[in-house]
Amino acid sequence: MQANATIDPSEVARFDALGAEWWDPKGKMAPLHAINPVRLGFVRDVLVRHFGHDGRALRPLKGLRILDIGCGGGLLSEPLARMGAHVVGVDPAPGNIEVAKAHAAEGGLDIDYRQGTAEELADAGERFDVVLALEVVEHVADVGLFLRRAGEMVNPNGVMVVSTLNRTPKSFALAIVGAEYILRWLPRGTHRWDKFITPDELEASLAAAGFQVSELAGMVFDPLRGEWRIAADTDVNYFQVATPAR
Amino acid sequence: MGRDGRPDAAATKADVVIAGGGLAGLSLALALKDGLGADAAITVYDPGFGRPLTGDRRCSAIAAGARRLLTVLGVWDQVADDAQPMTTMIVTDSRTRDVARPVFLTFDGDVEPGEPFAYMVPNATLQRALTLASERAGIDMRAATVADFTADRAGVTVMGSDGATLRAGLLVACDGAKSRLRSLAGITTTSWGYNQSAITFTVEHERPHEGRAEEHFLPAGPFATLPLPGNRASIVWTERTPDAQRMVELPDYRFQEELEQRFGHALGWVKVETRPQVYPLGFAMARSFIGERFALVGDAAHLIHPIAGQGLNMGLRDVAALAEAMTDAARVGLDFASPQVLERYQRWRRFDTFAMGVATDTLNKLFSNQSDALRLVRDVGLGLVDRLPRLKGLFIRDAAGLTGAVPKLLRGEAL
Repeated sequence: MQANATIDPSEVARFDALGAEWWDPKGKMAPLHAINPVRLGFVRDVLVRHFGHDGRALRPLKGLRILDIGCGGGLLSEPLARMGAHVVGVDPAPGNIEVAKAHAAEGGLDIDYRQGTAEELADAGERFDVVLALEVVEHVADVGLFLRRAGEMVNPNGVMVVSTLNRTPKSFALAIVGAEYILRWLPRGTHRWDKFITPDELEASLAAAGFQVSELAGMVFDPLRGEWRIAADTDVNYFQVATPAR
Repeated sequence: MGRDGRPDAAATKADVVIAGGGLAGLSLALALKDGLGADAAITVYDPGFGRPLTGDRRCSAIAAGARRLLTVLGVWDQVADDAQPMTTMIVTDSRTRDVARPVFLTFDGDVEPGEPFAYMVPNATLQRALTLASERAGIDMRAATVADFTADRAGVTVMGSDGATLRAGLLVACDGAKSRLRSLAGITTTSWGYNQSAITFTVEHERPHEGRAEEHFLPAGPFATLPLPGNRASIVWTERTPDAQRMVELPDYRFQEELEQRFGHALGWVKVETRPQVYPLGFAMARSFIGERFALVGDAAHLIHPIAGQGLNMGLRDVAALAEAMTDAARVGLDFASPQVLERYQRWRRFDTFAMGVATDTLNKLFSNQSDALRLVRDVGLGLVDRLPRLKGLFIRDAAGLTGAVPKLLRGEAL
């Protein structure tokens, strides 16, 4: 792999080893499968509002060109494509792209998967209505640089959605001690708490990249219903929606 | 996939195949058209399609939540003329020969102004309205049965007795209490009989009932009078199974005597309108409501004691929950029949089903016996007089939002 400013090679290797496990809802990526309906619902609602589309339509994202950074096995890219978007999925791990391509072909979905980095797409002058970096910034080497390069690809009337884990005692307890070592939700070592970013830090990095945060939302697990939901509590998982500053 | 595991080239594509075109099956088909969109390909198999509806003379109590679901599905308007609002219910506890029946519970009133807590609707009227609406919605209705199926991670291949092979995302069994598909899927049930049977028929009576339902807890089991349009009522008369059979074989004048003893004379003369039918009663609950690309809905998933008139309402709650879980997934571009979606449906419905099964079972066991001592205990000592208002809760819980997460259709909202 070529030397690169934002990619952390050890992180890439970890995900590359996952292979077919990406699509096993009860396998190592079970937590991503569990949060997927909620984060997809959030992204859909944000985009429908931003672009004035009909949220009840079966293809509410029709006509939008979306970049899914760190697409992995395609857990986000595929539903986005089914919602009508033209999706480009990029991931530095060759194994991930292989899995993603094979799975999309199986489901008859047309998704433009690229093995590489967001910077490479930015260098090539790619432009998108929507740039998504969900559960990605905690894995990159230089968050500021990453957001600046990702932001370059957002159309002037476009939008960027970032989600990540907050650096709080609660997230330390849950995501590291609870989620990883006790519940084994994510493969050991997938997240390192010291790489987590607070909403303030993320907002500052987005501002430096020329973006203004328009929405902050949390995502919490409701143990009674066994489901995740969007909430005001941003202590553990949170989203920021940002648009190019004028 | 075919049996050899290779994709079946000859298979017709469908989104959902439903086995059983009864009240639950067709309601589900319509709910999925609402949720998944008019383009969704829904196939329903039922050998009874196209035949005149003669068999089912029963009437069902439609609770407020179920009524709202039928309104959203555009069926209620066709049913409303034949529907009798239930505005009052009285419950008595007595022996057959008691002259005075102590009334220990009365409830009445609306869920919301102008919305009675339940309606009585003839099953045949409901079936006709659902069939018409399904034809209009473009649902593929096949007069045949599902002969066999094989499911895999990506979908389910359904073999029809009409020789067709369909490849679908989900197969739903709405084929009743003796569900053949449930057996094919290898899902067993927990069940027990009550050694009770219900004798059901309709009667005509002299004076207006004014929307009042009566339930008399007699030693052999409950005797319920449920109001129908005009001076008519639907009778659900529970007896021990051998007695039920003997009862309907009695000469007409003797049957009339037995009926009058239970029905009373408050509404004047009473006349049997339809031939009494006998249905054995039981409790059954499937050990799982789901399988790979497979779900059970309605009586196929659970059969409860009719003591509280909740059987069809339970089935329509299944319909509302399954359709909403599938729609929520489809609207965010996810597979509408993934294990997560089906598990959400199961979580949503199993607890409620079990709770209802236990509640009706307890009611029945408590009331169906001869012991005066127990009668006294249950009326006073157990505080039943205070507890029975929950019966009302069974009818209004969805519409009144008495349970935590009520599916949208039961609240009267589109998916």
